[in-house]
Amino acid sequence: MSSATDTAIPPVEAAIGSAGSKRRTRKVLGRFLPSLGILAVVAALWEAASHWFGVPKYILPSLEAIWLKAVRSWSDTLASATWVTTKEVLGGFFLAVVVAVAIALLLHLSEPLRNAVYPLLIGSQAIPIVVIAPVLAIIFGYTITPKLIVVAFICFFSMVVNSLDGLRSVDPEYIRLMRTLDGNRWSTLRRVQIPAALPSMFTGMRIAATYAPVGAVFGEYAGSQDGLGYVMIQATPLLQTDMVFAAIAILTIEAVLLFLAVSFVERMMCPWARRGHSV
Amino acid sequence: MTAPQPAQAQTGAPAIEVRGVEKRFGATTAIQGVDLELAIHDRLSIVGPSGCGKSTLLGIISGLDEPDSGVVSVLGESSSQGRLRKCAWMPQRDLLLPWRDVLGNAAVSLENRGVRPKAARRQVAELAGRFGLAGFENRYPYQLSGGMRQRVSFLRTLSAGKDVLLFDEPFGALDSITRADLQSWLRAALDAEPRTTVLVTHDVEEALLLGNRVLVMSARPGRVMATFDVHLPEARSRRDLIRLPEFADLRDQILGLLEAS
Repeated sequence: MSSATDTAIPPVEAAIGSAGSKRRTRKVLGRFLPSLGILAVVAALWEAASHWFGVPKYILPSLEAIWLKAVRSWSDTLASATWVTTKEVLGGFFLAVVVAVAIALLLHLSEPLRNAVYPLLIGSQAIPIVVIAPVLAIIFGYTITPKLIVVAFICFFSMVVNSLDGLRSVDPEYIRLMRTLDGNRWSTLRRVQIPAALPSMFTGMRIAATYAPVGAVFGEYAGSQDGLGYVMIQATPLLQTDMVFAAIAILTIEAVLLFLAVSFVERMMCPWARRGHSV
Repeated sequence: MTAPQPAQAQTGAPAIEVRGVEKRFGATTAIQGVDLELAIHDRLSIVGPSGCGKSTLLGIISGLDEPDSGVVSVLGESSSQGRLRKCAWMPQRDLLLPWRDVLGNAAVSLENRGVRPKAARRQVAELAGRFGLAGFENRYPYQLSGGMRQRVSFLRTLSAGKDVLLFDEPFGALDSITRADLQSWLRAALDAEPRTTVLVTHDVEEALLLGNRVLVMSARPGRVMATFDVHLPEARSRRDLIRLPEFADLRDQILGLLEAS
């Protein structure tokens, strides 16, 4: 049978091909250029403030001073601190992913449980984590455990809410269709609802990725022997503001990298979502 | 090469029996006092004004919904679970899963029944060629035109291996050229692979082309106004059929009824 209906739309990738690599570079540049531009303006104002307006060094060190401090103290302080904090960030983040997806699935499957637990989850976000962190440090000592808990606690909420939304917002027509195709609750969950919820789950993860480094610093403030938060505690009373800013810069880079990594995995796992198809 | 053939149940007994079915949504009565009977391999088309409850009736037959009163049985099964086992349902929107390719979508019901994904794909791959999907087996829904997507949806419906196929305005969302093309295609597919079918549509020509009986429903609350037997010569092209005087006559009668209601 041949007719107009048989002509399928060719895959977009094929049309771009290898000749598109230059275009892609330009696209990536175009994507990041505005952000870099704003960053350049901020940097220029910063430099102006520290060099010409006489803002003291212990309040606003010059970018050059921060950079030099970062380079000079990299091998003896910052390298190990970055490694420690990275472990806490990633460990806490993955812990949060596992816990949040499990909670979301449970709440999705049981309405009584959802009604009972959901308000508590929302309430949990009012707990001042800054105050709880020292208690965790007392319980678990100066180990990585309290930091993982703090990071996970800060991260898991946006993941639970988004995952649950994703699971619940599947078009009911799909659920009906699965019932006529011999689907039971489990096969519908596995073949329709979970894949359909993946984009929402990733949205939650991307939001959480930006919180995770802050969580690690909270945890370290409450009691630690290494890490970027520990470096900041040590540097602040000594008025080593350049060191504090160097640590902040590394945390910022970590948050952005984690965000990009999550976005990358999302693109790999849900290619359909980028094309605006949802279920 | 055949679709998974459903075991034919008791011959002689009606395939679908609906007695005094009523369905209400809050204060509105969607359908009332609906009776119908369908023999095995009968093809019934239901036409009626929009909002007359034809889709509601289809949902009740399929076992997705229960009537407020009345009896429904499909091949002797009167519980909703039993009816769901006997009926496959093809909705107006294709409802393809965007993360599954053509074969993956068509194989969903087999996987639901515990067939391993690879074996399920192999099984539906044999049918794909016959439904004009050869060469498109590994395409994703967003790479297909609307007509192709509806064919995949039909393939998925048929792969469920059910005795009864229920169509809920399957071509309603397509442009008229594609719709005409798929109507003649479905007519041929059902001639080659006879099944008991119920088709809901608001298009009288479609009802006549795809049914050997047409049931006309009144506006809400939907009741059966009349049924017409359709005897059109087989294996004629859609254009030839539409030009037949019998066809035109039936179409005028049905349209007249619908306008009067």
